[in-house]
Amino acid sequence: MANDLVTLDGVTKTYSGITALDGVGFKIAAGEAVCLAGENGSGKSTLIKILAGVEQPDRGTIAFSGRTQGSLNPRLSAAAGIKVIFQDFSLFPNLTVAENIAFSAELGRGARLVRPDRVIDTARRALARIGVDIPLGAAVETLSVAHKQLVAICRALATEARLIIMDEPTTALTEREVRVLLDIIRRLKADGVAVLFVSHKLAEVLEVCEKVIVLRNGQKVAEGPAVEFDAASLTRHMTGRDVAALPPRPLAASAPDLMRVEGLSKSGAFSNVSFTLRAGEVLGVSGLLGSGRTALAKALFGLVAPERGKIMLDGRNVALGSPLAAAEAGIGYVPEDRLTEGLFLTQSIVQNISIGRLDAHSAWGFLDLAGLMNEARDWLKRLSVKVPNPDAPVRSLSGGNQQRVVLARWMARSPRVLVLNGPSVGVDVGSKAEIHAIIANLSAQGLGVIVISDDLPEVLTTCHRVLVMKAGQLVEDVPTDQITETDLAHRLAS
Amino acid sequence: MTLDWTRNETLVALVIIAFCVLAALSDPGFLSIATLTDLLRGGIVLGIFAVGALLVLVSGGIDVSFTAIAAFTMYVTAMVLNAAMPWMPWWAALMMGMAVGACLGAINGVLIAVMGLPTLIVTLGTLSIFRGFMLTFIGQKQITTLPPGMREFGRMMVIRGENVDGSFYSLHAAFLVTVLTIVLTWAILHRTLLGRQIFAIGGSVESARRIGINVRGVQFFVYVYVGVLAGLAGIIHSSMARVANPFDLVGLELSVIAAVVLGGARLAGGHGTLTGAVLGVALIVLVRNSLIVLGIPSTWQSVAIGVLILIGTGLPAWQAKRAAARAT
Amino acid sequence: MSRSPLARLLASTEGRLAAIAVVVFLAMSALAPDKFLSLQNFTSMAFQFPEFAILALAMTVTMLTGGIDLSVVGIANLSAIIAATILTQVTGGGTGIVLIAYLVAVGVGGAAGLFNGVLVANLGLPPILATLGSGLIFTGIAIALTGGSAVMGFPAATAWIGNSTILGIPTPLILFAVLALMISLLLTRTGFGLKLRMYGANPLAARFSAINIDAMLIKVYVLSGSLAAFAGMVVMSRANSAKADYGSSYLLLAVLIAVLGGVNPYGGYGRVIGVVLAVLTMQFLSSGLNMIGVSNFARELIWGSLLIFVMIVNTWRATGRRT
Repeated sequence: MANDLVTLDGVTKTYSGITALDGVGFKIAAGEAVCLAGENGSGKSTLIKILAGVEQPDRGTIAFSGRTQGSLNPRLSAAAGIKVIFQDFSLFPNLTVAENIAFSAELGRGARLVRPDRVIDTARRALARIGVDIPLGAAVETLSVAHKQLVAICRALATEARLIIMDEPTTALTEREVRVLLDIIRRLKADGVAVLFVSHKLAEVLEVCEKVIVLRNGQKVAEGPAVEFDAASLTRHMTGRDVAALPPRPLAASAPDLMRVEGLSKSGAFSNVSFTLRAGEVLGVSGLLGSGRTALAKALFGLVAPERGKIMLDGRNVALGSPLAAAEAGIGYVPEDRLTEGLFLTQSIVQNISIGRLDAHSAWGFLDLAGLMNEARDWLKRLSVKVPNPDAPVRSLSGGNQQRVVLARWMARSPRVLVLNGPSVGVDVGSKAEIHAIIANLSAQGLGVIVISDDLPEVLTTCHRVLVMKAGQLVEDVPTDQITETDLAHRLAS
Repeated sequence: MTLDWTRNETLVALVIIAFCVLAALSDPGFLSIATLTDLLRGGIVLGIFAVGALLVLVSGGIDVSFTAIAAFTMYVTAMVLNAAMPWMPWWAALMMGMAVGACLGAINGVLIAVMGLPTLIVTLGTLSIFRGFMLTFIGQKQITTLPPGMREFGRMMVIRGENVDGSFYSLHAAFLVTVLTIVLTWAILHRTLLGRQIFAIGGSVESARRIGINVRGVQFFVYVYVGVLAGLAGIIHSSMARVANPFDLVGLELSVIAAVVLGGARLAGGHGTLTGAVLGVALIVLVRNSLIVLGIPSTWQSVAIGVLILIGTGLPAWQAKRAAARAT
Repeated sequence: MSRSPLARLLASTEGRLAAIAVVVFLAMSALAPDKFLSLQNFTSMAFQFPEFAILALAMTVTMLTGGIDLSVVGIANLSAIIAATILTQVTGGGTGIVLIAYLVAVGVGGAAGLFNGVLVANLGLPPILATLGSGLIFTGIAIALTGGSAVMGFPAATAWIGNSTILGIPTPLILFAVLALMISLLLTRTGFGLKLRMYGANPLAARFSAINIDAMLIKVYVLSGSLAAFAGMVVMSRANSAKADYGSSYLLLAVLIAVLGGVNPYGGYGRVIGVVLAVLTMQFLSSGLNMIGVSNFARELIWGSLLIFVMIVNTWRATGRRT
């Protein structure tokens, strides 16, 4: 068809024996919005790289406007109007909004001299096109996440953009910001610009999309008009099975109170948060990004210092704003961003586990290295992490195993309460189920577990109760056996 | 114009003003053309160095080898001109200095931009290499008779005059070279796409690569340009001192970087202004030349500069740390 | 995968350094067999390198955390001048006063390090700027105390730490060996050492692992300051005087040795054995070259070239493995 902007046929890519993409083919028409859904590791990012010309497919063809392309490179791809907006936006924090928007255009023009009036004009026109007003002279580092995304979109529009690929576009946006984004997408479509959303949670953008494509393990497993999909069917296609939201084993009525949080407040993040966690209870805290859930999670572990309120464990006060005091009291924290916050990537697996146990295995200041090694091996076995050599750097492990290493680090300290922020972000489907089993096991041992997550099926399968957070406040406290996923999604977003 | 109290430039400017007010109070003779020309003279070479150091810091790197480039260049140029081309005019001597500096800068450029080695280590290594090569293979003796071109340049003054008390003051023509360097560098940084690319790389190398900036090419330019400036500064230094001493200049590198950082450039890259760099140099020169006027013995000069560096970099660092603690 | 023992040796940074050290040693022995392979040369080398090798150890511990200590030479001279002042002002104490002077010097080094640690840990200054500034202050105080001239005229016992031998082994060498062993044990066998390496590898993850970062950083800089004071004592004893601008070339040399020794300047990796090998290589090179009549300045040239060469090899191997 003449108006097919991009046509992929039989695209296959393998990395050292592992097939990332296996014979994937689809079409995107001008002015069309397409959802490309898939779990982590399904081949989404490889596909983006191939379209952007960063990677070459081993087999298969790519055609732009019906013309089959030879070997692509980033410049050719950009010249064809394919613009990728990466999850981190790839902006220059130190430069102004206007310069960020106009930079690609100026580069493409081959200009040697900078004309500030032209830069401002380019930026103003791009912003006008999506109907947004952001101060042109502001440094990008001072902008909110939503505004940064808009600047990135404008940068793509400032050059000849025919297909805008957006990598995980909604993860950092609030409900209202998503609305704004969708309006902008509608305007772009009316202009004939095609949009490809690439994400693992796309329910929010379904309404502006014509078509949905689902990838799993490098293969296209579903394709069809967007109206035929909903959140549940997307999940089913992405994971390859019905994720039945089975609630966890019920909590014994006699379970004593373990932790009490009273009136915890942090200006600009959350206010007056109070709840009780019982021994053996798994408590979910769910909310959109920006609802304050991450700040609350960090505050429970002392990484954020609340101005008011208190945290009590077994009736004893825990000093606020000190990770050391929190850990000492028996609170553990598994961070959201495993790679930057959780792991010491270049260091060995053993050291990553035993970092919290050094003082317990010291005598006269010297470490009992054999003891540390035995303990680490023991935890690796208990969490079924198969590693040939515990002295290997932790970065050699898969995402699921890395997450278990972080869990092992805290479990080795025998904590009373474990705060898990996004426990299965970026792990494959199989590991996810096992991590859920670990959570159930922790609860059976009488630990209090707090799961911070926006993955609703995860919350419903692992938690006894879920606290709904909105604009920094806990607005609801619902037992998970009395609620469905759709119901919970509605309560979060309304 | 409103004052932005969070900027380093404002702070440094205020310290300079306060220093001058205090100096004038304790010695009314401080506010004289002679003091001014002395200070300007002291800032000529440091100013050119600072411009180069600023450029590297903005691009996200650090260069400690520029003093060795300057020393190497002035020594080799003086020697070659004396031996082979004594008829060369002063401007040709400056050009030759820039060419030699460019070549040495290109060595840094190849190691950093092409081979991708860390900037601090490369320039630490080339600092030793340039200096060691000069002292081993070229010479260690001072060249006291400079070539005629450089001698001529050394005598050029833009202002010359006599004070009421009969003492003379003068401002060397090289001051104009420093001004020209600052203006030219400002134009490159703010009015060419190349300059904006230097800022962009300092802001985020990864983003720069993704939008198709030729990161290696830009980095290579930065180190060659710094080499050119260092070469120029070397020739000016020896012309003004009327001697090419191979042991001069090396050892100043950290003070120059400190001056630039004092003026608001960040070690992490992407931030820095020429105004700040000039103010930073001005403050350092002021402390070096005029501490005694405030009644502080000159033996405390080093302590004063150290304290300034700690305050100048400590205040913003401490503010940033507090802001990070407040944020979530 | 069966690899030859040599290939396995060359796969590690320290293995390659050991090979370089051996090659340099053999080359120097071949170039000047009777002079280089003499007992006298070995003794003189053993007296020469400990002072800057100790500074390199100080640099190493700060670099492991991703920091740097540019004030080591300033600390060494300041503590030496304070010790020298005690030694010249107090008369008649004999060996006892020398011991007290040494202890005070190490205390001064530790206090200077504490100052650095507070700047870095509590005030959040970048280590490179904090120690650049504090280094100027320490040197400045040393100048102000002495007016820039040398302090001399010590009791004879002062010479012990720098100029004597124990069982035929030069005392500074023994001092260095003991310090190197202690630092090595500290880094590999204690929780503190492990924590500081882990912090260097990922400061954010260290915070999320409930490591007491501020206390750790302060200890690191105190350690570095105290080591610098030891180096200062050796320099003072060998020169039989103390001066504010002694050893000014040692700063870059110490950084160079640490990096050459495989310490990652961005933190997280480094071993004392690598630093020792780097020191030996440097010393073999400079002594050997000295003997075949190459000027002192050629050492700088060769040190710089060696540093760049090792960096190229390390980077080339790292990228070679990735692709």
